[in-house]
Amino acid sequence: MKNNKMKILTNGILKENPVLVLVLGTCPTLAVTTGIVSAISMGLATLAVLVCSNIVISALRNVISDKIRIPAYIVIIAGFVTAVQMLLQAFLPDVYDMLGVYLALIVVNCIILGRAEMFANKNSVVDSALDGVGMGIGFTLTLFLMGFVREVFGNSTFAGIAIPFLAPFKLPILTSAPGGFFVYGVLIALVAIFTKGEYPKKKSFGCEGCPSAASCAKAQAGIPCDGAKAEESEVADV
Amino acid sequence: MIKSLIIILMSSILVNNYTLSKFLGICPFLGVSKKTDQATGMGIAVTAVMVVATAVTWPIQTYVLDNLGLGFLQTIVFILVIATLVQFVEIVLKKYIPALHKSLGVYLPLITTNCAVLGVTINNISDGYNFIESIFSALGCGLGFLLAMVLFAGVRSVLEGNNKIPKRLQGLPITLIAASIVSLSFMGFGGIIENLFG
Repeated sequence: MKNNKMKILTNGILKENPVLVLVLGTCPTLAVTTGIVSAISMGLATLAVLVCSNIVISALRNVISDKIRIPAYIVIIAGFVTAVQMLLQAFLPDVYDMLGVYLALIVVNCIILGRAEMFANKNSVVDSALDGVGMGIGFTLTLFLMGFVREVFGNSTFAGIAIPFLAPFKLPILTSAPGGFFVYGVLIALVAIFTKGEYPKKKSFGCEGCPSAASCAKAQAGIPCDGAKAEESEVADV
Repeated sequence: MIKSLIIILMSSILVNNYTLSKFLGICPFLGVSKKTDQATGMGIAVTAVMVVATAVTWPIQTYVLDNLGLGFLQTIVFILVIATLVQFVEIVLKKYIPALHKSLGVYLPLITTNCAVLGVTINNISDGYNFIESIFSALGCGLGFLLAMVLFAGVRSVLEGNNKIPKRLQGLPITLIAASIVSLSFMGFGGIIENLFG
């Protein structure tokens, strides 16, 4: 039993890493990882929203009717995002300014809605909270890794502190948009090599695992996911 | 006036392309760009929803939320408006223009959680644009998304099923590296705005 809980917690960190294996939440992954500080703040903000929304959605899973579940989830998530926004604005205004519009965009981060659909609406409150923590940590670590590579090699600083001996080898392109796509692509390839390509394929997660999980489920609210249309399964197969 | 509108339009299509330089709407950019016709359909649907969403959310923010001092409800209200709007557009299209619904319909539900739509509505407010400027900015962002999607679909058609790509790079990694190169080409548009009108 205890092992099982541990497994839920650690699943999100590597085996089902939301960014590198499930390929959810790509937008913030690319956008806020120009620096280590912003990457970690984004990761922690998402972690907080993910845990809270997983708990609430799991607690309400028998109350919310299946047909209106997606709008209900969106409202719950948007509520927590607003709370996080207001807390950051009040206590950490620097972080609030740094994350800008991407903070509000946590609402449409596929990780959160994806986990609500894939996990929280069929598991107990404790398990869902653990899943949220695991996924959130996995997300934060991946953002940190991306931020680390992009800031240290792109700007030769670590969290704002200069690293003089790296300065001659600086690659400023890494901190700009093309560098973001490049680092992300290379990281996914490295994970594929590391796990020898045995990581779960997208399809085994069904429709819910696709980048457009939420909308896809919305498209057929109430209908089980395996009833996906041809076009949509093509979408799932990135 | 017209000058500033053209500047807004050009800058959101080319220089600050939402997908390639602000990383908004990456999910459909990677997910629906396998075929050019699909990419075009998605791009057109996103453009339409962006313009309509801006036309609805701007007055709500200005006349309702700001007037009542409820600015903090922005995120919740906007996402609900967009979700409702997408459903509404789908129902109207299905009823009155079935042909268009048949070709664009499958993309519509995918747009609700497209962060570019929520992003453009929020950005228009925080940039302090007036109503007309907001509409043009939304139109520009949508067209920029369409342009990026169509260009990228062309690039991907070469990559798909190419056996010369190393095994572990196949699929998503090579797609992202290709996106990196497409994005690099868009960096070449930097500076075009300053020199647009001499």
